[in-house]
Amino acid sequence: MKARAEALPTQEMLINMGPQHPSTHGVLRVILRTDGEVVVNARPDVGYLHRALEKIGERVTYAQFMPFTDRLDYLASMNCNAAWAWTVEKLAGIEVPERAEYIRVIVCELNRISSHLIAFGSFTADMGAFTPFLYAIRERERINDLFEDICGNRLTYNYVRIGGVSADLPDRFLEKTKEFLDYFEPKIPEYNKLISYNKIFVHRLANVAAISGGEAVAYGLTGPNLRGSGVSFDLRRSEPYSVYPKLDFDVCVGTGERGTVGDCFDRYMVRINEMRESVKILRQAIAQIPGGPVMAKVPRAFKPPVGEVYFRAENPRGETGIYLISDGTVNPYRLKLRAPSFVTMNIFEKVTKGLMIADIVAVIGSFDIILPEIDR
Amino acid sequence: MMESLAVSLVNAVPALSGVPLWTMTLLVMVVVAAVVLTFALLYAGLATYVERKVAGDIQARIGPNRVGPLGLLQFLADGIKLLLKEDIIPAKADRFLFALAPYLVFIGSFAAFVVVPFGVGLIASDLNIGVYYVMAISSLVVVGVMLAGWSSNNKWALLGGMRAAAQIVSYEVPVGMALLPAVLIAGSLSLQDIVRSQGGLLGIFGWNLFHNPFTFVSFFLYYTAALAETNRTPFDIPEAESELVSGYHVEYSGIRFAFFFLAEYGDMFVVSALATACFLGGWHVPFLDAEALPVAWGNLFSLGVFLAKALGLVLLMMWIRWTLPRLRVDQLMRMSWKYLVPITFFNLLGVSLWLLVFHGKGIPRMIASLFG
Repeated sequence: MKARAEALPTQEMLINMGPQHPSTHGVLRVILRTDGEVVVNARPDVGYLHRALEKIGERVTYAQFMPFTDRLDYLASMNCNAAWAWTVEKLAGIEVPERAEYIRVIVCELNRISSHLIAFGSFTADMGAFTPFLYAIRERERINDLFEDICGNRLTYNYVRIGGVSADLPDRFLEKTKEFLDYFEPKIPEYNKLISYNKIFVHRLANVAAISGGEAVAYGLTGPNLRGSGVSFDLRRSEPYSVYPKLDFDVCVGTGERGTVGDCFDRYMVRINEMRESVKILRQAIAQIPGGPVMAKVPRAFKPPVGEVYFRAENPRGETGIYLISDGTVNPYRLKLRAPSFVTMNIFEKVTKGLMIADIVAVIGSFDIILPEIDR
Repeated sequence: MMESLAVSLVNAVPALSGVPLWTMTLLVMVVVAAVVLTFALLYAGLATYVERKVAGDIQARIGPNRVGPLGLLQFLADGIKLLLKEDIIPAKADRFLFALAPYLVFIGSFAAFVVVPFGVGLIASDLNIGVYYVMAISSLVVVGVMLAGWSSNNKWALLGGMRAAAQIVSYEVPVGMALLPAVLIAGSLSLQDIVRSQGGLLGIFGWNLFHNPFTFVSFFLYYTAALAETNRTPFDIPEAESELVSGYHVEYSGIRFAFFFLAEYGDMFVVSALATACFLGGWHVPFLDAEALPVAWGNLFSLGVFLAKALGLVLLMMWIRWTLPRLRVDQLMRMSWKYLVPITFFNLLGVSLWLLVFHGKGIPRMIASLFG
C-alpha cells in the first residue's frame, strides 16, 4: 500500500472559495488547500468591502456618522445606531429620557430577532434546506413593516439620535409589536420541529468545529459564538447599559445537547433560544415603557468635551465596541470600531483544519459573519 | 416488436404493400422514438413547472404565475430563453469533451424510457433484459457527469464531477440489489413481465410491495437509493449549490445546461417508473383488469394508472427536496456502503429463501388460499 502511494504522487488542490460564492455570506474569500474533499488549510482573506468607515468617522460630525453605522452591520442597523449613540452620550455625559431608552431597547431587540432570523434562515439554506429561509424571511418582513412605521426605512434605519430617537413611536406601534410577538413566539418551536432537530441537520452540525470555552475567550469571540462555547457572557447582563438592568431575561449558552459544547449546533441553538429571550425582553419593555419626551437637549453644533471613551454593546453578532477620541471639535479625532465578525475570523483557520469542504460552509454559517462589518 | 407493428401496418393499409418491410420497420422505429421523446420532454418541462409550484406552496409563496394561465407556460418561456442564451465554452475547457458530456447525460437518462412499461401494450421495446438494460444505460450518466466536471477545467466542477461519480457508482449497487426481489418473484427481467406478475384478483395486495416483508423493505430501500442515484436532495451533493456553487454543470450555459436539467427530470421519472413497475403493480389497479378491456381503452386506462403512480412518486421526490437538508459526502458514502448495501443484500437473501420455502407465494396469496 505504501509503495503504491509513492508511485502515485498526489497534490494538494488550491481552491478559491469566494469572493463570489453563495455561502460565504458576502464577499469573503477563503483560500482552501484541500486534499480531495478534506481541507488541509482554509485561510480567510478579507477586505473586499472595505469602505474606510473609521476614516470617514474622522471627517464627519458626530451626528453625521449615524447613517454610516447603518452600513456597519446592515442586518442589525438599529443596534449599531444605538451603540454609536450610547458611545457619544457616554463621552459627552448626555442624560437620555427614559422613554427614549426603552424605545431603543425595543427596536434593538426587534432587530436582534430579525438578524437572528436571517442567521437561522441562511444557515439552513447553506445546509441545503431552502424552505426555512423563506419562513424566516416571512417573519422578518413583519419586523421590517414595524420599522417602516417608525422611521420609513426597511434596512438602513438611521432612527436613533444622539440624545434620544428621531421620533416618538407612531400610534398603535406597541399593540402591533405585541401582535407580532404573539404571532412569532409559536413559530420558534415550529422551526425546531421543522429543521433544528432534523436528523440530517444534526448530523451535519454536531461535533463540527467545536470551540472550547477557553479557546473562545482567547480568540476574542463574542456574542452567540462565545456563548455557544458555554461561556455565559452577555454584555446586557455582565456590563449592563441602558435599561437592561430592569429587564429580566436568561443568557443562553451552548450545552452540547447534540454533541460537544461549542460545536456548530450549539452556536445555532443559542441564536434560536436568544430569539425567545428577545421576545421576553420585548414583552417586559412594552409593559414598562413610560411616557415623556424622546429626545434630550443636544446643541446643534455638538462639541463633546476633550477625552476618550470605549463603549461596547451586545449586538446580534457579538460585542460591537466603539473607541472614540474627542479633541473638542465637531469631528471625532479618532474612531475605532471593534467588529465582532472581524474578530471571529481569527479562529477560522484554526477550527477548519481537517474538516471537509461542506463543513467550511457550516462553520461560516454558524459564525453568522457579515461582511460589511468584517471589512468596515 | 417493431417489425410486428410494421407488418400489421402494412396489412392494415394496402397502399403500403409495395414498401419493403425494413423501410416500414425503420419508419415505425422513428415514429415510436419521436413519440417517447416528445412525451419525455413534455413531461420534463411540466415537471419543472410543478417542481416550482410545489416549492412555492411549501415555502409559503406563489411560484410561477405570469406566463400563460397559472404560469403553465413558464417552462416554454424558460426553454426559449435557454435556447437563445449565448453558448459559452470556457477558454481552457476541453472543447470536445465539454460538448460531448451533456449528450451522454441526456442519452443515458432518456434511453431508459425505451423499456418503461407505460401500459398493457405501451412499451417502446419490451426487452427481455429490461431491468438490466435500465441499470446499464443509466450508468452512461455517470460518464457524462464526470466528463462535464473534468472538461470544464473548473475546480468546483471537478469536485462535483468526482462526487457524482463516487455517489452514482456507490448507489447503483443498492439500487440494483433492491430491484432484484421483484425480478426473482416474476422470474423475468422484462419489466412488462414483472408488471404482469403483480396482477390478479388480490388487488393492491398482489403488488410486490405487499408480497412479503422483505419486498416491503426493498421498496423503501430502492426509493432511497434511487433518490441518491438521481442526485436529488438530501443526496444532491454533486451539485450542492451552497457548497460547490452548482457542481459539475457550473460552466454550462444555454441549451447545454438545459440538457443536464432535463436529464435530471428524466432520471426522476425513470426511477419512479421502475419503482412503480417493480413494487407498485405498474398499471394494475384493483377490480379492473386493463388487459380484459378493448385494446385502445385498455392501453389508455393503463397509461393513466401508470402515470398517476409514477408521477406520484416524482411528486414525493419534490416534496422531499424542499423539506430536507443535505448530507455530507462522507455521510452519504457511509450510508450507502455501511447501511444500504448490507441491508439490500440481506433482503435479497430473505426474498430468495422466502420464495424457496413458500414456493413463490406471497403473504396475501397464502392468506387468500386459507379462505379458499
